[in-house]
Amino acid sequence: MNNQQAKAEPFLKVRGLTKMFGNFTALKHLDLDVSESEFVCFLGPSGCGKTTFLRAIAGLDIQTKGSIIQAGKDISALPPAERDFGIVFQSYALFPNLTVRRNVAYGLENEGKDKRAVNARVDELLKLVGLPDQADKYPAQLSGGQQQRIALARALATSPGLLLLDEPLSALDAKVRGYLRHQIKDLQEQLGVTTIMVTHDQEEALTMADRIVVMDNGIIEQVGTPTEIYREPRTLFVADFIGEMTQVEAVATSSSSAQLGNIQLATTQFDGDKGDAGVLTIRPEDILVYTSKKKSGDNIFAAKIDELEFLGSFWRAMISSDKLGSSRLKADISINVARDISLTDGMELVVELPQRSLRFYPGEKLL
Amino acid sequence: MTVIPASERVKPKLGRDDWVMRSFIAVIGVYLVVTLAFPLYAMLSKSLSTFQFDLTQFELQIDKGDGWSDTISVKQLNDKIGKYSSAELNTSSDGRLPIVSMLPDFSFRGKTKYRLRNVGDKSFFIHGSEQILGTKWHEYSSNEFRRVMLRPIKSIGFGNFIQYFSTPALFNSISNSLFIAFISTIITISLAFTFSYALARSKMRGKGIFKIIAMMPILVPSLLPGIALVYLFGNQGMIKGLMGGYSIYGPIGIVIGSVFFTFPHAMIIIQTALSISDARLYEASDALGASKFKTFMTVTLPGARYGLISAAFVVFNLVITDFGLPKVIGGQYNVLAVDIYKQVIGQQNFEMGAVVSVVLLIPAMFAFGVDRMVQAKQVAMLSASSVPYQPKPNKRFDRTMLAYCLLIAGFIITIIGVCQYAALVKFWPYDLTFSLTNYDFDLMDGGGWGSFYNSLKLAIMVAIIGTVVVFTGAYMVEKVPGFGAGRTTFQFLAMLPMAIPGMVLGLAYIFFFNNPSNPVNFIYGTMAILVVCTVTHFYTVSHLTALTALKQMDKEFESVSASLKQPFYKLFARVTVPVCLPAILDISIYLFVNAMTTVSALIFLYSPDTTLASIAMLNMDDAGDIAPAAAMGMMIFYANATARTLHAWASKGIYKTTQAWRTR
Repeated sequence: MNNQQAKAEPFLKVRGLTKMFGNFTALKHLDLDVSESEFVCFLGPSGCGKTTFLRAIAGLDIQTKGSIIQAGKDISALPPAERDFGIVFQSYALFPNLTVRRNVAYGLENEGKDKRAVNARVDELLKLVGLPDQADKYPAQLSGGQQQRIALARALATSPGLLLLDEPLSALDAKVRGYLRHQIKDLQEQLGVTTIMVTHDQEEALTMADRIVVMDNGIIEQVGTPTEIYREPRTLFVADFIGEMTQVEAVATSSSSAQLGNIQLATTQFDGDKGDAGVLTIRPEDILVYTSKKKSGDNIFAAKIDELEFLGSFWRAMISSDKLGSSRLKADISINVARDISLTDGMELVVELPQRSLRFYPGEKLL
Repeated sequence: MTVIPASERVKPKLGRDDWVMRSFIAVIGVYLVVTLAFPLYAMLSKSLSTFQFDLTQFELQIDKGDGWSDTISVKQLNDKIGKYSSAELNTSSDGRLPIVSMLPDFSFRGKTKYRLRNVGDKSFFIHGSEQILGTKWHEYSSNEFRRVMLRPIKSIGFGNFIQYFSTPALFNSISNSLFIAFISTIITISLAFTFSYALARSKMRGKGIFKIIAMMPILVPSLLPGIALVYLFGNQGMIKGLMGGYSIYGPIGIVIGSVFFTFPHAMIIIQTALSISDARLYEASDALGASKFKTFMTVTLPGARYGLISAAFVVFNLVITDFGLPKVIGGQYNVLAVDIYKQVIGQQNFEMGAVVSVVLLIPAMFAFGVDRMVQAKQVAMLSASSVPYQPKPNKRFDRTMLAYCLLIAGFIITIIGVCQYAALVKFWPYDLTFSLTNYDFDLMDGGGWGSFYNSLKLAIMVAIIGTVVVFTGAYMVEKVPGFGAGRTTFQFLAMLPMAIPGMVLGLAYIFFFNNPSNPVNFIYGTMAILVVCTVTHFYTVSHLTALTALKQMDKEFESVSASLKQPFYKLFARVTVPVCLPAILDISIYLFVNAMTTVSALIFLYSPDTTLASIAMLNMDDAGDIAPAAAMGMMIFYANATARTLHAWASKGIYKTTQAWRTR
């Protein structure tokens, strides 16, 4: 990362975190640093260990091995009540028999504050989440999105140093989800609270997170900013999991080129040598198409449109070529380009696979 | 700051909440161990204890005025005259063998002197109430010697069981009990299924009132139908002629009475099973052109099968473990539960009582096991999202069902009505004027009005203490994180009482609590032991009710509360208890009603100061005061009916005030 981060002690420092359930290892020796005020997403398919990781940080399911240091304090073995965090669950977990006001005030009441101060704080929080006039309703009288905002207000009431969000938007419908995404992100920036959110929704992670932790099978596959994760997936799993990705089998010809069918393609640098079999990937939107035969150079070859599918803002084309052998490539062609080249099914054209977008993963099999 | 090395296992630090919760679970766990596991263990070991007079352990010298004779063992003495066979030397813990019975020429006026001693330290004998151990000679005059008794030696083995199974009068009860339970189960299940079917699938009128009437038998002790049947079909019965020469005293009476008191239990379970069946299956069956009968056979019955099986085993268990009814109307027909009573109270043979208890435990445990397995499957069916079935009017069907329900309701009302009539009539069948003399309990055996007040006191205490203990226990089991082995053990102990017949539990309490070396021996004979025994006896159903309510709560409440640094008891008091209040009220009324009606466990445990209404009923009936017994039965009915009405009323009120959040 940048120098500033390297110098400052991270707010949350996880080292060698391992969690076993009987013989099953749910988390395998995880290391992670989270800096102050950062918004980090744990992203992965279900069963990858992301929720287990979050619950270990919260102390709800304490890890088998490894340490967690928060704000310079070793919290590895502490029960949840002795840690400093607020948490929001997918199910909201609002107390059904308490009004919204008393739900939000739940964590404030025995801090020795007088009633007026508590009420004032509750009003402030409700305003913050945009529900200032719902204080006297019961949770069941609110919509799912509203309930989740109340849960957020309750978690923030005690001004915790760390906010943990466990799939907070998964139970909501698409529209509310989009709205709440922004609200949570704005709130987080406004308050500067360090936040970790667990999600299986890559769009959520890409739009909200400062950094994403991609997990699979109890290990961290990659940590990076959304663009890093999207543009430079370190492993084939990440490449496959985030966004659309075409995968074809290929063989390395050097540490920055691979043979696909009859063509040798220049790729980004990878950790492998001539002769390594592996998987070559490219995102459909990175493939460039031209009509003119003038264009020539590396990674450019003649091809033909096999299938064409209209998807609104772009066309998805299946491309084949003598050069590619039996492999076919998926290409997303924007409406503008399609108009310029008068795209039609079966047409012949020239295709470029830009070197910076081609990544080769030696030793991998198609996913 | 010290950082835990990566290779080392993290030892979670326990917070204050963890300690408090673990102490709670330990306290209630210890409660269950002391009130359930230990007594049962005491009973099992009792059933395996055999007692025998070992005559080789005693030695005798006789002085007929010419000096002491040679030492002879008592065994030689017995062998010489052939007084006792070795089988006759088997006895119970209380056995006493007069030494002089083996001296044919003994006279207590004689001048002969005797010396007796133990050979080793295994045996002892008594002189009056004095216990004599050790190998020192003890000298007695003839007059004193007649008061010397040999005492048996205890050993562990299956002797009691061998004796049990070689006594036809005893083991015949096994087949009797199984027969009664089997027949009653078939009849009750058929009747209850049809009744529930009418309630769930017809459009007949009066469903609400039928439901109330069908629940009435729960409010009275199981021996009440016995008394009513005596009035109806007994030797001087109102409609004795209908019996066609058969006697109501025996299997017929037991079966009819059992059907009466098990009916509501079966109905509740079957009704739940029927109410969860999916309307879409009926629509599909209709659309496929299946006949009504075919739909019934392929949709209704399979859908309710788990409910039916579960209900059958519950009824079987209730009948085979019931004591009050066969005691009142069983006549000479012996069943296991009554055998325990006869062995213990009648013959003071505690070991044999324990043996019969173990025998009775086997079918009860089996029925319990099957029920639990089936219940688990039923729950799985419940979770499927289904569309509730809405019956359509069908005149002929609705009328038939109405007629059937009237018949059943009539049967229930008749039994209770006859009791009421018997209680009010001065002297059946000679003086039919109405009076309240039968309610003058103070003139009868059984403890008088005091018994009734004791019962009320017991029921209230059981309802309050039991609810607190059960609900707290269930909360700890459900919500304490980690602690796997403790939780499993606790769960097992909480489920166990349902498999233990009341008679067995009561007897086990005698063995455990009446033991002078037991540090809590002091509660024996007090109200406290009755409360403890009743709470334990009815623990399982209450525990399951509490668990069901708790499982419906979001499992993250505890996490949220902890993250907000609030102690668990705040959550418990402010959220858990208020949300579960309807279930808590259900538990308390269940415990109250059962404490009012139970006989079986407490029959062994009450003392003259703690006589109870249901037991007074039994004792008055035993003494021939049947009308007062009926009157007492009706008092129990009034008390329970009042309690239930109050409960319904309170639930409604509480629902309005504290459950407002449930309405959108």
